[in-house]
Amino acid sequence: MTVDRRSRILLRVLGLGYLALLLLIPIGIVFYRTFEHGAGAVYDSVTTPAAISAFSLTLTVTAIAVPLNTVFGVLCALALARGRFRGKALLNAIIDLPFAISPVVVGLALILVFGRGGWLGGLPFQVIFSVPGIVLATIFISVPFVVREVTPVLKEIGDEQEQAASTLGASRWQSFWRITLPSIRWGVAYGVVLSVARCIGEFGAVSVVSGKISGETETLTLLVEKRFQNFDLAGAYAASALLALIALGTLLAMTRINPRRDDA
Amino acid sequence: MIAVRDVTKSFGEFVALDGVSLEIPDGSLTALLGPSGSGKSTLLRIIAGLEQPDTGAIEIHGSDATRLPPQRRGIGFVFQHYAAFKHMTVRDNVAFGMKIRKQPKDRIRARVDELLGVVGLAGYHERYPNQLSGGQRQRMALARALAVEPKVLLLDEPFGALDAKVRAELREWLRRLHDEVHVTTVLVTHDQEEAMAISDHIAVMDHGSIEQVGGPRELYDEPANGFVMSFLGPVSRLGDVLVRPHDLSLANEASDGARPARVARVVHLGFEVRVELLLDGRERVSAQVTRDEAERLELGEGAAVWVRQTRAPAVRVPEPASTPT
Repeated sequence: MTVDRRSRILLRVLGLGYLALLLLIPIGIVFYRTFEHGAGAVYDSVTTPAAISAFSLTLTVTAIAVPLNTVFGVLCALALARGRFRGKALLNAIIDLPFAISPVVVGLALILVFGRGGWLGGLPFQVIFSVPGIVLATIFISVPFVVREVTPVLKEIGDEQEQAASTLGASRWQSFWRITLPSIRWGVAYGVVLSVARCIGEFGAVSVVSGKISGETETLTLLVEKRFQNFDLAGAYAASALLALIALGTLLAMTRINPRRDDA
Repeated sequence: MIAVRDVTKSFGEFVALDGVSLEIPDGSLTALLGPSGSGKSTLLRIIAGLEQPDTGAIEIHGSDATRLPPQRRGIGFVFQHYAAFKHMTVRDNVAFGMKIRKQPKDRIRARVDELLGVVGLAGYHERYPNQLSGGQRQRMALARALAVEPKVLLLDEPFGALDAKVRAELREWLRRLHDEVHVTTVLVTHDQEEAMAISDHIAVMDHGSIEQVGGPRELYDEPANGFVMSFLGPVSRLGDVLVRPHDLSLANEASDGARPARVARVVHLGFEVRVELLLDGRERVSAQVTRDEAERLELGEGAAVWVRQTRAPAVRVPEPASTPT
């Protein structure tokens, strides 16, 4: 498609203007409001015991959910791209469920299953209103990313390289580590970055199952909400800025990965 | 020797191989030749262990290999689309099989250098496959397959994705390589010229069965049936026999066994001339004569000639011969 110079500029202004209005200005205001009263106040606000606990809980949950979803995601992508089995279409649809269902509904469903009187309510340790529940909710909502990133890459590279490896003496395991994984590594990395961003930012499902006990089951997003509700606007902005920084960091990591996907 | 015993393979409704048996002698270069869908690639992949036969057995060098996975068959396999390991350099591609076998590093290094020299890629060690041409990638794939010192080298349409000139060069090169290395080689191709040019034996396949096995000359001169005859070269139909166009001689006068014909068209091919004839006013046949012969006979559209076979009929066909697709 050829576009003349003037409409090209118009298109750019439109695109950037849209992004600015909806994304950059709100985030900019968050940062502006945060540092309005100096960096000292911000530092105090994000180093309260509640804030440190929320920060470390968010990172812990992410550190459990993302590796699990990465392993499961790669296995699932292999099954979807290579396997021939009954119920493949069903599996394919189920993987997208977390995209389709509202996180709040996910949280409620977890309470129905693991809460008092639920199917699995009699476990020896507490799930709902505790860390395991938060982990489960976070895993659920971040399932699709790795699968959705890796499946098309696997389909595109085909299985001829793996066949070649097997004729050269490689076992399945060797061919997975030496051929398949290096070929899909950028897809995996991209999926991991998206999962991390999603896990850190999750609010709805976690909000329902966490119980919001300050210093115990309060994640960063929940802390932001609580401070906002308590009219501690400066504290809410400071915590938001911290969240935004982590998210920006992961996205920057992604853009570093992105250009290299071409030669993957 | 590789022995294929009564192998059958179906993909759903489609019967790819229908009770195929074949023996491939040690040290030979054998071609599996046939049109697409004839089952030749499936047979090669079954020999490699990349597919499992539904029934039947595969023997490699006297031991049953039917249930062995590909990595334990002692084979080298070359794919039509190279199957290069894209994330590895040429050196690592060729070294792959030796690294899997945990051979010592200096030995791997020496062998890679030697093989890249043999396939004409010396100095390309640190390139990646996407920096090589198609012909170079395929030679790298050959070096990679040869690196593990296979007992059997299997090539699946190895030159099919290359342009005509490179294809002709590479097949000459493969033949010379085979004469040096002497590894038992099986080559799948749909190109009868390629099969004739480089192989010791050819197995002609159609519809999942082997139609005939023999040397290039034997197949050309003594084809078992109309399919083999028409797949290996041009044919003319003369009554109920098939003959090669160059086995028809033309004359201006009647002689014993000659039939009258009228010239419908003269096509100049260079050294030879193809003459399209109308026999008895209705049967169309084509004959191939040299340019000098055509000039001597003063062949032109509408000229009357006498047609005679110069060789005994190779194949009798009660019905029109099936033509390859």
